[in-house]
Amino acid sequence: MIRFDNVTKRYDRGREALRGVSLEVAPGELIFLTGHSGAGKSTLLKLIALIERPTRGQILFEGRNIGRMPDRAIPRHRRQIGMVFQDHKLLEDHTVFENIALPMIIAGYSQREIRGRVRAALDRVGLLDKEKNTPAMLSTGEQQRVGIARAVVARPKLLIADEPTGNLDPELSLDIMNLFHQFNEVGVTMLIATHDLVLLDRLGGRRIVLAEGEIRSDGNAREPA
Amino acid sequence: MTTLKNYLIRHAQNCVGALGTMTRQPLASGLTIAVIGIALAMPSALNVIVRNGRAVAGGWDNIRDFSIYLEPGTPLAQAQRLQEQLAGNELVASARLISADEAIIDFQNDPEFGELLNMLARNPLPHTVVVRPTAAADAPALQRLEGELSARTDVDMVKLDTEWVQRLNAFLDLARRAVWIAATLLVGAVIVIIGNTIRLDIQNRRAEIEVSKLLGASDGFVRRPFLYTGFWYGLLGGLFALLLLGLSLWLLSGPIERLAALYGGAFRPLSVDRGTVLAVLAGGLLAGLGGAWTAVARHLAAIQPKV
Repeated sequence: MIRFDNVTKRYDRGREALRGVSLEVAPGELIFLTGHSGAGKSTLLKLIALIERPTRGQILFEGRNIGRMPDRAIPRHRRQIGMVFQDHKLLEDHTVFENIALPMIIAGYSQREIRGRVRAALDRVGLLDKEKNTPAMLSTGEQQRVGIARAVVARPKLLIADEPTGNLDPELSLDIMNLFHQFNEVGVTMLIATHDLVLLDRLGGRRIVLAEGEIRSDGNAREPA
Repeated sequence: MTTLKNYLIRHAQNCVGALGTMTRQPLASGLTIAVIGIALAMPSALNVIVRNGRAVAGGWDNIRDFSIYLEPGTPLAQAQRLQEQLAGNELVASARLISADEAIIDFQNDPEFGELLNMLARNPLPHTVVVRPTAAADAPALQRLEGELSARTDVDMVKLDTEWVQRLNAFLDLARRAVWIAATLLVGAVIVIIGNTIRLDIQNRRAEIEVSKLLGASDGFVRRPFLYTGFWYGLLGGLFALLLLGLSLWLLSGPIERLAALYGGAFRPLSVDRGTVLAVLAGGLLAGLGGAWTAVARHLAAIQPKV
């Protein structure tokens, strides 16, 4: 589904965030990206969502070289990807329902489809009774659940999450990770960047370790105890 | 089909939504609309006045009439020959003879002059031919005709006074151009006002724009609500301008009617015609969309999601 071929990303100030990274992601995989902050995890995710462009190398997304994709094609590309952020990026002046509906509104779904699927997504993350609340009225864990509901509501092929549990305590983090597992089980490909090693030890899946912009190791973790 | 339907529904929602956003800040939106309305009303009011002035000036065809006073003692038959001769002239629409006898009857009916005339031994008035030129007759041709007539021995005096009408027309031409310049400048001002309002709107909704772009919103999707905001400002500003215009003309209608009465009903009350209504609304909409478009083009591209 995704292939990185010797991808390098150099930022304006000359810092190389990624150096010659090659990797392949098959459809339906659940992959954890780990490493210290500054190792290049976020950059790797940004390149997939075309928030940044590669300096060198090729990134193929379903066979298309997205590194050379024209700007006007970016919106369509992003609609295939669900994104979860550490700070969840919810709109404070909109209700939970409106926040989750936004990707479907952007993609041009009908009101009826939007209502049905937003409710279904809220049900999946266990917040059906909070749809009329604003994000500020929710707890941090609930806010992140709304963020996840928004990321999956338009049924993306790929979900990428950058430190989705960064602001959560261990129990809530595990909760969120279990949610990701559930979505992965219904076939969504997932790339999750986290430096929460303690949490990772309790989860399975493929793990890619980045350090100083290079891949240190790539393999399956032992099955969770 | 459903996609087109969804698209149209989305447009309708943006359209209504933009209006909703404006009503949430009634004071700021109201002030913006008022400024736009005033800016559009000023050139329109000038235009109405100039347009009506032209109608009035055009209505004064008789202003070009001139009178030929014959030498006292000229026989009536000779005056009739002159009248017939002039009636046949291609520059002349009509020529009417007022004989000395007819003229004095008019004056005798006047309470002031009547007494005076009765004291005189004989009729002091000459025969007069009143000539109305055709619309096609231009000033130089009429002046030539005047020269020919003045040269005749039986003509005492030709009274031709078209200069002030020409001055009035020249002045109205100048005023019309001034209206155009004022309209252009003020529509420009409206574009700037709306552009600035939308720029602030864009800044206030920066977070929403960033998140929308992250979620795959196209430029068109992000642009649309702001263009509709510009549309509403233009339309409501235009309607407010028409309201101001109607109100001003209503306030002027009393004095105008009195003035019209003094001039023997030579002009009608000022009116706003359909052309002006359309021009004000079109100007408002054009400025609204233009202002929104420039703001959107300059400021939306600059907002790129930061993660």
